[in-house]
Amino acid sequence: MSAVMQHLFGIAQLSKNQIEHLVNLGESFIELSRRPIKKAPTLRGKTVINLFFENSTRTRTSFEIAGKRLSADVINISASTSATKKGESLLDTGETLAAMQPHVLVIRHSIAGTCEFLADFLPHTSIVNAGDGGHEHPTQILTDLLTLKTQAGGYDGITMTIVGDIAHSRVARSHLLAAQKLGYKVRVVAPKTLLPSHIEQYGCEVFHDFDAAIPGTDALYMLRVQTERLTDNCSFPSIREYHEAYGLNSRRLALAGDNCVVMHPGPMNRGVEIASDVADSVRSHILDQVEHGVAVRMGVLTALCGSAPDPVKRTPRRELEEAAMRAQGKLL
Amino acid sequence: MTTLLIKGGRVIDPANGIDEISDVLIEDGRIAAIGKKAGKAKTTIDATGLIVCPGLIDMHVHLREPGQEWKEDIESGSRAAVAGGVTSMCCMPNTTPRLDHAGVVRQVIERAKQVGLCDVHPIGAVSRNLEGKELSEMRELVRAGAVAFSDDGMPIWHAGVMRKALEYASSFDFLVIQHAEDLELTAGGCMNEGRISTQLGVSGMPAVGEDDMVSRDIMLAKLVDARYHVAHISTQGAVELVRRAQAEGLKVSTEAAPHHFALTEEELLGFNVDAKMSPPLRTEEDRLAVIEGLRDGTISVIATDHAPHHEDDKRCGLSCAAFGIVGLESLLPVSLGLERDGVLSMSGLIATMTSNPAKLLHLEAGSLSEGAAADVCIFNPGEKWTLDRNKLFSKSRNTPWHGREMTGRVSHTLKGGRVVYQQGEILV
Repeated sequence: MSAVMQHLFGIAQLSKNQIEHLVNLGESFIELSRRPIKKAPTLRGKTVINLFFENSTRTRTSFEIAGKRLSADVINISASTSATKKGESLLDTGETLAAMQPHVLVIRHSIAGTCEFLADFLPHTSIVNAGDGGHEHPTQILTDLLTLKTQAGGYDGITMTIVGDIAHSRVARSHLLAAQKLGYKVRVVAPKTLLPSHIEQYGCEVFHDFDAAIPGTDALYMLRVQTERLTDNCSFPSIREYHEAYGLNSRRLALAGDNCVVMHPGPMNRGVEIASDVADSVRSHILDQVEHGVAVRMGVLTALCGSAPDPVKRTPRRELEEAAMRAQGKLL
Repeated sequence: MTTLLIKGGRVIDPANGIDEISDVLIEDGRIAAIGKKAGKAKTTIDATGLIVCPGLIDMHVHLREPGQEWKEDIESGSRAAVAGGVTSMCCMPNTTPRLDHAGVVRQVIERAKQVGLCDVHPIGAVSRNLEGKELSEMRELVRAGAVAFSDDGMPIWHAGVMRKALEYASSFDFLVIQHAEDLELTAGGCMNEGRISTQLGVSGMPAVGEDDMVSRDIMLAKLVDARYHVAHISTQGAVELVRRAQAEGLKVSTEAAPHHFALTEEELLGFNVDAKMSPPLRTEEDRLAVIEGLRDGTISVIATDHAPHHEDDKRCGLSCAAFGIVGLESLLPVSLGLERDGVLSMSGLIATMTSNPAKLLHLEAGSLSEGAAADVCIFNPGEKWTLDRNKLFSKSRNTPWHGREMTGRVSHTLKGGRVVYQQGEILV
């Protein structure tokens, strides 16, 4: 990998080489979690804070286990226990935690761009995006790529069909970006109510008819349906109709080739976007994804831990803001 | 008798069709004469190489007083105004309390007079508490000094209320100004819906959310024969709707804000909260349509939608940051781009910020007619400077132009014959 990476905001910032490097690094950590003694000293003396403003079990646990197995000190903070409840602003929470000198802040927030925003003010911390609104979820994509690499025929030139709420999915966005860089093809399948405007800018194929999108697909990627969001804002008439139109069942799976794998970023709604028999079939690699998630996050933490410059002195907010704008070319 | 002579400048007074190198003589706060030999005076301002025009009118600002004085108040807003060459401004009613009672309207006018830098003409609320349910006492508000009506910040949402508002206001020749936004289509949005909102993964505000409201309102204005003004027009569709309404002879007018003809949604890349406003920055096609509207006169007014916000309300991520940017101090330099690009003549451009809004609002301002109050803006159209948000006179710093090179700078602002701003300094 060329330049040292301080933050992982999203797939958008990464080159093809950087993505492949992180996937390979993740692959090298799969074995560690299968040992009887699941511990390596790689990150001894490093501090990782998981700051989760949205509910999450698997991603947070995955980061926690990844850090702990590499001997980092991992602290979990969730919104329900955090100072946010007391009215503290996001920026103040970020600055407060950064003042405790962690090496890495892993952040999940419902606001898109949270990591980029905080990073401008926290120059001595590495920030990892664990999902920001509908924007990006890079470690999920690295995980999926590792699963494709080890459990299927790789990701080179494959066709991945992503089905569901594309409009609100950070996973779909990050995959669309990764596909452009790595050269795999993406088909998105959804009714127009669940597609964002100008989706074609990613060079993907758009389908409203799920059956028509399946032939030629190498990976069927089912997105979680947020059931309350679906019906409340008239995006879909009912769960029943959703399952009928966009749910993956065995009849549909049979339309795909024999080597087509089934993936899901979790958590699943059985009987909604995916039928139980498909979720539990040999074609399903959903639990492999979970396992690989830990390995990939070990890789990401290893790559980032200690990459931020050491603090010399505390710089006032305004100066940091100006410096960030200058770096982005927004100042003369 | 106090006298002042502005000597040797290019005097542009669109209201009187003047555009010539000339002198302006001011006596006792009023324009006494314009001409090559206008006369002698105790004080002289050398305006050689500069443009001398009526003090600018900004018919769309938010002054935040009363209620949100940490963002802006009438004094800081007035300072920002005169630094931008503005000597009359219309403040929107979404203060706390709202400008829906005569007492609050009088208080704002009174406070502006105490400050004494810039005339403030309040825009009264169309509906009580801006709730869009019951009409405010429009006649009472006009007696107190309101010059038009709007619920700006919020649209007048229900068609029935809008119809009645237009009917009632037009009975007395009052102007209704609409913040045209279909809240159901823009719900949750923080920028234009399109290519960039999808890249950023944020909810968008589609252009049709402006178009459908303008379309409905034009039909209502036609039905009840009312004067109707679209605030901060931003879409290609809305400009075309207004153009057609005007061709039909309806009393429909509109204004554009500098950011809508100078910037596009591309500014939002990188989650730039200082490019977040409502209506949002749109596409290049929309920007060009706004420019075309200015060129052909469909859009007769340039107004800033000056919307100060404290940085705490902006530093919180794009989707929760407050809508709005400050604009008074960048109004003229950004707008001068239209003249440089050949969209408008210098006189035509100045008219959009002087005689045109004055005519629309029946203001005694915006001209250098003999006997008129000597509100004058003197600027150098070619001076280059870099806008620094830390040096604004406004209390707030939310501008997308921070760090950018501006061309054109106000050198003097005169209010009632008194120099209130000169070369970067407020003179009180």
